[in-house]
Order: sequence, then structure tokens, then C-alpha cells
Amino acid sequence: MSLSSPFTVKDSLTLLSIGDLSSLELTDHFLSKIEENESAIHAFITPTPELARRMAKQADQKRAQLKKNDETIPPLLGLPMAIKDVLCVEGIRATCGSKILEDFVPPFNATAVQKLLDAGIVVLGKTNTDEFAMGSSTENSAYGVTHNPWDIDRVPGGSSGGSAAAVAAKFAPAALGTDTGGSVRQPASFCGVSGLKPTYGRVSRYGLIAYGSSLDSLGVLAGNVEDVETIFRLMAGFDEKDATSIDKPVPKQGCAEDVSIKGLRIGVPEEYFITGMQPAVERKVREAISVFESLGAEIEVTSLPHTQYALPVYYLIAPAEASANLARYDGVRFGLRATNEDLISMFTQSRGFGFGPEVKRRIMLGTYALSAGYYEAYYGQAQKVRTLIKQDFEKAFERVDAIAAPVAPTTAFRIGGHGDDPLAMYLEDVFTLPANLAGVPGLAFPVGFDQEQLPIGMQLMGNHFDERTLFRLAHAYQQSTDWHLQFPLV
Amino acid sequence: MQTENHNHHEADQIDIIPCMSLTLQEVEHIAQLARLQLTDEEKALYQQQLSDILDHVAQLQQLDTSDIPPTSSVLPPRTMLREDHPKKGLEPKQALKNSASKEKDQFRVPPVLD
Repeated sequence: MSLSSPFTVKDSLTLLSIGDLSSLELTDHFLSKIEENESAIHAFITPTPELARRMAKQADQKRAQLKKNDETIPPLLGLPMAIKDVLCVEGIRATCGSKILEDFVPPFNATAVQKLLDAGIVVLGKTNTDEFAMGSSTENSAYGVTHNPWDIDRVPGGSSGGSAAAVAAKFAPAALGTDTGGSVRQPASFCGVSGLKPTYGRVSRYGLIAYGSSLDSLGVLAGNVEDVETIFRLMAGFDEKDATSIDKPVPKQGCAEDVSIKGLRIGVPEEYFITGMQPAVERKVREAISVFESLGAEIEVTSLPHTQYALPVYYLIAPAEASANLARYDGVRFGLRATNEDLISMFTQSRGFGFGPEVKRRIMLGTYALSAGYYEAYYGQAQKVRTLIKQDFEKAFERVDAIAAPVAPTTAFRIGGHGDDPLAMYLEDVFTLPANLAGVPGLAFPVGFDQEQLPIGMQLMGNHFDERTLFRLAHAYQQSTDWHLQFPLV
Repeated sequence: MQTENHNHHEADQIDIIPCMSLTLQEVEHIAQLARLQLTDEEKALYQQQLSDILDHVAQLQQLDTSDIPPTSSVLPPRTMLREDHPKKGLEPKQALKNSASKEKDQFRVPPVLD
């Protein structure tokens, strides 16, 4: 047994399958890491160590049984994972980082979670998130701030900051996240791990507690892109419980089986290298692009001319959708009920007391953008500009196979660094929002560090349903670099 | 800050939406539409913050979109219907489990009509 190495999905699965390690031993290994460092990181809202041990024991029994009968072993049997707390796992409370769902225990599993449970995962716990996934720092959680394992005075990014920190701190080999405007990619970048936002419709959103329904996607974070792909392929696919999921075959072949990237064309959009971005970020991303070139990819300058409008478009469309989605928190069927005085007070007080400041701000903004007299000028215009942003990508992908860009203009900022300035916080999302508006996949992975040893990430964006090209490229990059092998000393 | 923003955008703007500054009454009206109880401090804060954000998003008015169709979904237009077979859903007990107040397999709420 060698517990020093297995922090990747691949290593863990290898050790489990050759019988060098039981799931219980592996699970205990991660639980002891959590116990040791969770007080400094606070990656979890609800850790589930007892459940994890129980599931691990069952996985070990199942493996023995299946082996004895010479039956197929589920691909992730006994693999511990962490799950963002906006996803429903039956019997474990799902708070969404909000007081309003403090006691909400879902009576069903999200489809993606169900698929991974069927594949054999062990649940280590539910990870911290900005309230209802609204935020870029995980500071908007009602359950405390998550700290970046590279520097505990800094944010892990958000909203999947708990999941990213859990992977970086080696609390889990992989974690589920969600990405509505960058919430997988940006925390992956800030924490130096790899993370995928799949094509919209690729992974079922059933059981993902809704924020912006035309933008929400369910992704994975792990230590390297091969691990991300392993998990992604098992949760992708059509689901009749989600009318926006798409029936497209998931490629059978993984990135590791297709190493050459010779001749693949990568576009570099100049709109993503803006004045005001941290110089080290631009330098490292451009260095990574030259690595791709040296591996045989063809690099060309491309243009996504409406990039600057993604921020205002997103901050109209997402709050508008949120204001409608969050209307369900009325104190009746689930969630906090503040008073039984009268019906209207029950609504207004439950919501006024249960929601935090950023959620209220976005509900207010969205309500305004959808209100009579303003609908066309705000929401309507944003939907039209969204078309222009989408067309930018369509045009670019006529010429290139992938688009390379930074994930965020800076590395991880200090906790409290953006004070009470929501616009400054929104600007953190400027490079991640376009992929959500266009519905295209984006894969983030580490490409170096700044002067303060904080990780820098880049993202590859691909055509609809072409996650495979992104995995091929990023895997080739990780085969010839070692940024993804560097972890913080927590 | 607000004044600066106004000057900054002035030159480029078409006048559909002038530089935005919400009144306190408007903030109260939105909160009422959204069924949100806000404190006086929150109202004042949101009045200023929402005005700043609306100011920022007003740059969308620069673009001529008269010939551009809106995007409400990135998916190709289609109708999703499944076979109409009855299926088991949640048991009443499970469905009611998360409610703050229930009675005889039903959600209990304050009187709707007096």
C-alpha cells in the first residue's frame, strides 16, 4: 500500500483495482487530510465522514462480491469525491450556501450524482459555495469563507470555491462543481487545479438547484484533465428529466489514447488580453500557447469582437433568470419560513431574512430588468447582444478548433479585497462569461505561478459538444509540463 | 463614483435609457415586486449599487440590434415531449418532509382569504 501517491483519480482507481488499497483505506486517507487541515481551509459546508466510511465499506464488499462472480466492476467503485452544495444528494442537506435552505434535505439525487453513485463513488461531503452560486470568491456563503490552500489569506475563487480548495488541499481526488458564469473555471484557476465547464445541455441539470437556467452547467474539478475527463464522461448524456439535456453520444475514446495534437488549430483572441490585467497572467498564458505551438498545434490570432459586452449581458440575463428561479423560496414547500402572521409577510420576511446580500441584489436587479417598461430595453437588448456573442464563437470556430485565453485577469485576490463593490467583483468574471452565454465548453488548467506563488490558469474553449478536442490539447500540455503536479503545502 | 460613470458613458449613449439613478421609491417598488423585505440600510445600499450596475449595463445601448434576433437558449429550437406514461413520483410524506408546516398530507399556510 502506498498512500503517499494516490491523490489523483487515476492512481486511486489503479490501486483499488489491483487490490493494493481498499476503498475504506483510501477514504480514511482523504478523511484524515480533511481532519488535519479543514479548520484552516473550510472547504466543506457539510462533511459526511460517517457516510463516507459506510459507503467505502459497501464498495469494498461489492468489489469482493463482483470479483468472486467474475462480474464487471463499476468504473469508479470506491472512489471518494466531494460534491458542491448546490447539487442534490438524497438524504444529505443541500444548503446552496444559503440560510434559506439551512434544513433542506433533498428527497432525490441529481441525475449527475445518481450516475456517479451508480459508477461507485463515495461521498466525502458537500462543499462550500457562494450563496446560490452567485459570486466569484465563495465569500458570499452563509456558512463562512473558504480559504485558498496556496495562501489562506486569499479567496479560492467562486462559486465552486469549496470544491476547488478541496482538490488543491488533497481532501478529495475530484469534486463536482457548477459553472453559470465561470464558477468551475475561475476557482480551478485560483487554486491551481483543472476544471471543466461542459457544453450547455451535455450534462443533465436535474437536481442542480437552479440559478440561471439558460446558463447553468454542471462540471468537474480534479488534479489533472485526464481525471476530469474520466468523471465527465460518466455523468454526461441525455436525461429525460431535463428537457435541455441533449442526446449526443459521449466519445468513447479518452484523451490519453490520442496524444498527438499536430495540426490542431488554436485561436488566440486579442480581446482577452486587456490593459489592466495582471502582467504575469498574460505572460504565463502566452508561454503556454507557445508550448502548444511546440507540440505541433497551429496558433493564429482570432477575434471575438463582442467580448466586452459579455459582462453587461450576463449581469442582466443571469439575475433575470435568478429572480424567476428563486421565486420558489416562499416558505411554503421547503426552506425557511420566518413567520405565519399572514401570507405576504410570510413571503417577504422569509425571503428578506433567508437570502444574503448578493442574492437579494441579483433578485432586485433581475426583477427590475424584467419589469414593465424596462423589459425590452434591458432584458430584450441583452438577449440580442447575446446572439452577437454567440455568433462571434460560431465565426471563430469556422477557422479554429479551440480558443485559448486566460481564465481571469488576476490571480487569487485577498479575502475582503473587493469590499462592498459588486461591480469590481463582477469584473473578475470578464473572461469566463462568454462561454456560458454562447453555451460552449471551457476547460481550465494551471500554466504557472505569479511572483507570489499563486497559481495562474488558462482556459481552452471549444465548439459545442467538442469537449474532446479540449481534453486532447490540455492533456498533451500536461504531458509535457508539470504545473498540474504542484500542490500547496497546506 | 456615480458622477464619473455618468460622464464616462455619456458620449456613446443612445438616449433610450438615460444614465440611471434609481429613486428610493423605485427600489421599494422592485422589492415589493420581488416579495423581499428590506431594511432601510439595505434600501439605501441597493439604491446606490443598482444605479451603478444599471449605469454599467447601459453600454449595451451603443449596439444597433434592430436586425438581431434574441437568444433565449443556445440550444437549437425543438419540442421536447416524452411518452405520456404514468410514473411514480415522490410519496406525499417525502414531498412534505421539508415543509415548515403541514397538516394531513398538505402544506399549511396562513389564511389566503379572510
